[in-house]
Amino acid sequence: MMPANATIELRRLSDTISALDIRGEVTAFAEPMLMDTYLRATTEGARAVVLNFAGLDYMNSSGIGLLVTLLIRANRAKVRLLAVELKEHYRHIFELTRLNEAIRIYPTEAEALAALAGF
Amino acid sequence: MTTDPETASQPRDEAFWARAIGALKVRTMPVEALNLNVQGRHLVGPLQGFGPLYHKRYRVRLVGVALSPESVIQTWRQNFASFWPQGNHFFAPLSGIAPGEVAVLNIASPVGVKMSTGILVIYSDETCFTFMNPQGHMFAGMITFSAYEENGVTVAQVEPLLRSNDPFWEVMMRIYGFKREDWFWHQTLTALARFFGAQAEVEFAEECLDPRYQWAGAKNIWHNAAIRSGLYTIMVRPVQRLARRVSRHPVRRN
Repeated sequence: MMPANATIELRRLSDTISALDIRGEVTAFAEPMLMDTYLRATTEGARAVVLNFAGLDYMNSSGIGLLVTLLIRANRAKVRLLAVELKEHYRHIFELTRLNEAIRIYPTEAEALAALAGF
Repeated sequence: MTTDPETASQPRDEAFWARAIGALKVRTMPVEALNLNVQGRHLVGPLQGFGPLYHKRYRVRLVGVALSPESVIQTWRQNFASFWPQGNHFFAPLSGIAPGEVAVLNIASPVGVKMSTGILVIYSDETCFTFMNPQGHMFAGMITFSAYEENGVTVAQVEPLLRSNDPFWEVMMRIYGFKREDWFWHQTLTALARFFGAQAEVEFAEECLDPRYQWAGAKNIWHNAAIRSGLYTIMVRPVQRLARRVSRHPVRRN
């Protein structure tokens, strides 16, 4: 498999909330990295994971499929998934694929955290 | 050299995605197309629908074919309908498979009734294109057609991420449809490989991502394309034929 042209960094925001900072390209090649980082977050106790897309600069349809797979895994584990810092173009893709109906989208991480207050 | 600031700010993938859409609009179709269950419908993705969610991969290694993934996809996109099993039709618009375009599908059924449904092209680039389905289609989900290089060989792949759209489809899929789906894509990839002069051995892998039923999706049966196509064939088409016959040979009154 080709190396992913992406970096995904895990940031712990609280005992139960973590953020994944996604930079670069979200395509099928990013799958191992995204799933491994998500698994690390939940293993360390995260019950909510904030996907920070501020550094996203390319996503193809396999990338959306990857996010769907991640969302299903999170739902089954009762982990809440949120998305922040989506550029207009990527918000549109979430609406086109109806991913916006399953993942809460917030303009900023601060607003997402406010929605998770008491979590 | 200066870069146009407007161009620099546009995401690199923008041109590959369909624009935001509401209800689907079908452009002019050939007269032989049964055009039902597409116009005015909305898209249903893998998170909508009713049945368990599956991720499947059908792939064929084009051994001995000295073509790049880009060339394979170009040929596949331009001749998409011709690789389908006989009796099944894909009516693309004149502009072909491009982001935002709507195609009408006429699918053969085991009871002899032609089922009409459609797809929207949500994404298309040099090495892949992806369809999403409208309400009433047997599946809620996405299907990606791609080509890539693996160990020096170009591989062509069909990758559905989908679930049955409603309880009727879920029953039909379990009785007949899943096997038919597997057969359909085996045939398509075999035809594609044969076109390029390659011996085809289609590999298949499947994962059930979510075995749960989404009972809120049960109401999708209202749009079921098989039921609506069947009712049209049984009830509407005979009346239309009769009306045409009467208009050609009006009854004379003395």
